[in-house]
Amino acid sequence: MERQYETVIGLEVHVELATKTKIFCGCSTAFGGEPNTHTCPVCTGMPGTLPVLNKQVLEHAVSVGLATNCEITRYCKFDRKNYFYPDNPQNYQISQLYLPICRNGYVEIETEEGRKKVGIHEIHMEEDAGKLIHDEWEDCTLIDYNRSGVPLIEIVSEPDMRSAQEVIAYLEKLRLLIQYLGASDCKLQEGSMRADVNLSVRESGSGKLGIRTEMKNLNSFKAITRAIAGERQRQIDLLEAGEQVVQETRRWDDAKGCSYAMRSKEDAQDYRYFPDPDLPPVRISEKWLAKKKAALPEFRSQKILRYEEEYGIPAYDIDMITGSKHLADIFEETVALCGEPKKVSNWIMGETMRLLKEQGKDPEDIIFSPAHLAELIAMTDAKEINGTVAKEVFAAMFDQNVDPRRYVEEKGLKTVSDTGALQKTVKEVIAANPRSVADYHGGKEKAIGFLVGQTMKAMKGKADPALVNQMLREMLQP
Amino acid sequence: MANIISDETIEYVGILAKLELSEEEKEEAKKDMGSMLDYIDQMNALDTEGVEPMSHVFLLENVFREDVVVNGDMREALLDGAPGAKDGMFMAPRTFD
Amino acid sequence: MKLTDMTAVELAAAIREKKTTAVAAAQAVLDVMEEKEKRLNCYVTLDREGTLERAQEIQKKIDSGKIDSPLAGVPVALKDNLCTRGMRTTCASRILGNFVPPYSAEAVVRLETAGAVIVGKTNMDEFAMGSTTETSAYGPTKNPWNEAHVPGGSSGGSAAAVAAGECFLALGSDTGGSIRQPASFCGVVGMKPTYGTVSRYGLIAYGSSLDQIGPLCRDVTDCAAALEIIASYDDKDSTSAERKDIRFREALADDVKGMRIGIPRDYFREGLSPDVKKRVLEAAQLLAQKGAVVEEFDLRLVEYAIPAYYTIAAAEASSNLERFDGIKYGYQAQDAQGLHDMYRKTRSQGFGPEVKRRIMLGSFVLSSGYYDAYYLKALRVKALIKKAFDDAFAKYDVILAPVAPTTAPELGKSLQEPIKMYLGDIYTISVNLAGLPAISVPCGFDSLGLPVGLQLIGDGFAEKKLLRAAFSYEQARGPFKKCGEAQ
Repeated sequence: MERQYETVIGLEVHVELATKTKIFCGCSTAFGGEPNTHTCPVCTGMPGTLPVLNKQVLEHAVSVGLATNCEITRYCKFDRKNYFYPDNPQNYQISQLYLPICRNGYVEIETEEGRKKVGIHEIHMEEDAGKLIHDEWEDCTLIDYNRSGVPLIEIVSEPDMRSAQEVIAYLEKLRLLIQYLGASDCKLQEGSMRADVNLSVRESGSGKLGIRTEMKNLNSFKAITRAIAGERQRQIDLLEAGEQVVQETRRWDDAKGCSYAMRSKEDAQDYRYFPDPDLPPVRISEKWLAKKKAALPEFRSQKILRYEEEYGIPAYDIDMITGSKHLADIFEETVALCGEPKKVSNWIMGETMRLLKEQGKDPEDIIFSPAHLAELIAMTDAKEINGTVAKEVFAAMFDQNVDPRRYVEEKGLKTVSDTGALQKTVKEVIAANPRSVADYHGGKEKAIGFLVGQTMKAMKGKADPALVNQMLREMLQP
Repeated sequence: MANIISDETIEYVGILAKLELSEEEKEEAKKDMGSMLDYIDQMNALDTEGVEPMSHVFLLENVFREDVVVNGDMREALLDGAPGAKDGMFMAPRTFD
Repeated sequence: MKLTDMTAVELAAAIREKKTTAVAAAQAVLDVMEEKEKRLNCYVTLDREGTLERAQEIQKKIDSGKIDSPLAGVPVALKDNLCTRGMRTTCASRILGNFVPPYSAEAVVRLETAGAVIVGKTNMDEFAMGSTTETSAYGPTKNPWNEAHVPGGSSGGSAAAVAAGECFLALGSDTGGSIRQPASFCGVVGMKPTYGTVSRYGLIAYGSSLDQIGPLCRDVTDCAAALEIIASYDDKDSTSAERKDIRFREALADDVKGMRIGIPRDYFREGLSPDVKKRVLEAAQLLAQKGAVVEEFDLRLVEYAIPAYYTIAAAEASSNLERFDGIKYGYQAQDAQGLHDMYRKTRSQGFGPEVKRRIMLGSFVLSSGYYDAYYLKALRVKALIKKAFDDAFAKYDVILAPVAPTTAPELGKSLQEPIKMYLGDIYTISVNLAGLPAISVPCGFDSLGLPVGLQLIGDGFAEKKLLRAAFSYEQARGPFKKCGEAQ
């Protein structure tokens, strides 16, 4: 009889915190500078330099801990993790092993299987490493320390997940929470959120955990899904062949669809952690913590309730809009400016979603400002532009955040409000289309649509179709 | 001598510390480390039951920096002393397989 | 009075009063170097031309009233583990043989701002690991009192330079006695301040929880003046203490009436040379005569200090010295095959035997399975030693003790037996574990004519009391014979 296997997955998620400066020095964390231009003696490991903790890192880490129902460690310390590698200028990474800032939390996820809690073992603060670039010409490695010292939190889950779906749901939940907190933008592709997958398999029904491997280099949800399937199968094949799974770190190659072991004889995995003598401990007072709790932003579930009550928009819209902090922020700010939740929601659910899909973008990539959307709505309401023009203007806003009023003026898209001119055009259209006029008089209601279209065309779209319709009917009255 | 340091231990510590010892140095190191550990083991005579390990001698806590950029670009000065540099980057032996 | 016979504070006063100039002082020091440096080897790096240029600049600033400090214009030497922007900083190691830092240590910046004229970088034990300055990759320094003897260490070059007149004042660093012991061996005053008093930013770390920068001087007054300048809260050093009262010169009063001075019996047992014991107890006698209440007590735990110290210092050093890997600065081995081979060869060729010994020990005590038994145990012992001092300072204002069990040993006699050398730190090391301030003041000579040092230990942040006791003793003792003066 074929054996059934269960997959057991735990995640180590690294999140780059949205601070202006690095965790232990005053260098910028800005992305994309020339190599080593965001470095100083501290983050390049010069002799004699010392770390000083960026307060914002602690603030963010504690916020994430509170949002994931963790206990906050009142007395926490930093430890040195010692290993030699060129991306790490001191050859030790400042991290937290013995007293991490947060412990014993959970998040709730929802999949087709239903709701479930995923435990969070701990969250700790640490520094990121530099970037290594292979130089083919010299056959050597070049090092850029711009990322060295960028603050990270590592969120270590319990081995509570059983499928790729649960893993993705967990990651999406974390991402949304952290984005809501403003603690990180959590972009997998850019590496501001990175997930390592610890996976083992065991025979269904077994209470014992199997030997696990750790998989690195997973840059997208798709890669994670594929890597989980691949590693599960690799381990099952090993067990079926009567072999043992080796506890090791493996690197996933998404292009090849397989992983390989990252072993090195040169390294004993013995990090010799000890408390960093250069960094005094952090003690968190009840008062400070209470203040932090009170200052937590409104999370999605609370937002959903409030939207239902305040805005009266459909549940589906609420679900979509609150699915991204950025989208929800745009929605709320626009509503605050124009007071028309339904219309704002329509723009987001309609044109915004359509353009995002068309251009393969995430809601986080939206650049148009709430003020411009509010202005666009106001212009439409005042019948300064018609619906077709509004869509054209919105598309320009979506691409370049143009000012709708200026755009309409520059392009001459304003609805002609001069009824004399409109009347003249309508008369011309009636004169030029005797058959349609006859059809209309003969009871063919559809003919009026054609005449409206002809008038709009003649007006180059700059007329209010409802007004044209009304004018036509009046003029065609027997 | 109570602490006998094996070849494997010296080999292992050499890997951790990134030090390469000649056979002669290894023998020396085994002897030295053994006698140092014997000496250090004297600490065991002191009862430290219930004593908190003291990593920081004075009560100093919550030392923070504000999240403000204060450093400019000092790449040239930092790369100046590097044994190897190229394209504004430090150079190391290859790390890629 | 000859320029070179002045103390630093006297010299600065003379410059201020236009009796001499910073340039003349610098030239006087250069002349002494010309005469003695070849034999003594106090310095790793000297910058003769730069010294005169800096002296001229500072003289201009003094003349225009831009600098007003008790040490303006004084030629000062720096231990070679203090980073100096644009001036080679080697830690007396081959691995940093060509290292020119892109920044200066905070203590150095403060000295420069106060108008000190930096003359060069002094020799030391490699990475401050040693007690004789013999582990330097640049040859040993010799004791100016007797060139067959060591100057002590690790700040041996600084102590010898002050004693020989190759500078007026020097900075050193003290991790387990590295300022006090060479000061004692060379007959100068050396002070280790309370941990956190002087910023460690730019001090190339040995044992981060123990390291502290301090001055080596001609007398206690110079010491107070120097400390006043280098002591500062520094937001670049998280372990820096915010101290309100750092006007240390105010403490220089000749008054110990009623001051409670404790002598730890534990420090006067086996191993202490009779000469040293005699001189130190004479010093205690002098203080008692001036009205101090001197009594013996049991400090306890003395035998555990060295094991705890070497565990902690080696562990921290093994980590602190990981950054020397041949990539970012310093020496890189040329004959390596691949990354890890380069690491091993660079470090094996770049570090000397004593440094390797401590890195190996440190890596071992932190390694998997040993961390609790060694490192955590040592931190617990440290807590108890701190407690023993707390108990002592509940009863005494100052603790009086020898600095070292002997006077300066002969060159070449110490390195063969590491543990014996380590035992020489027995009276200084607990002070670092407990983070306390302590000062070494010359208190006489042994039968060979080598200087003996008296150690006074204060409670944490109680430098003022300590300086008052040291100053009072110095007054009672009278002028100390200068090195090279006829007996």
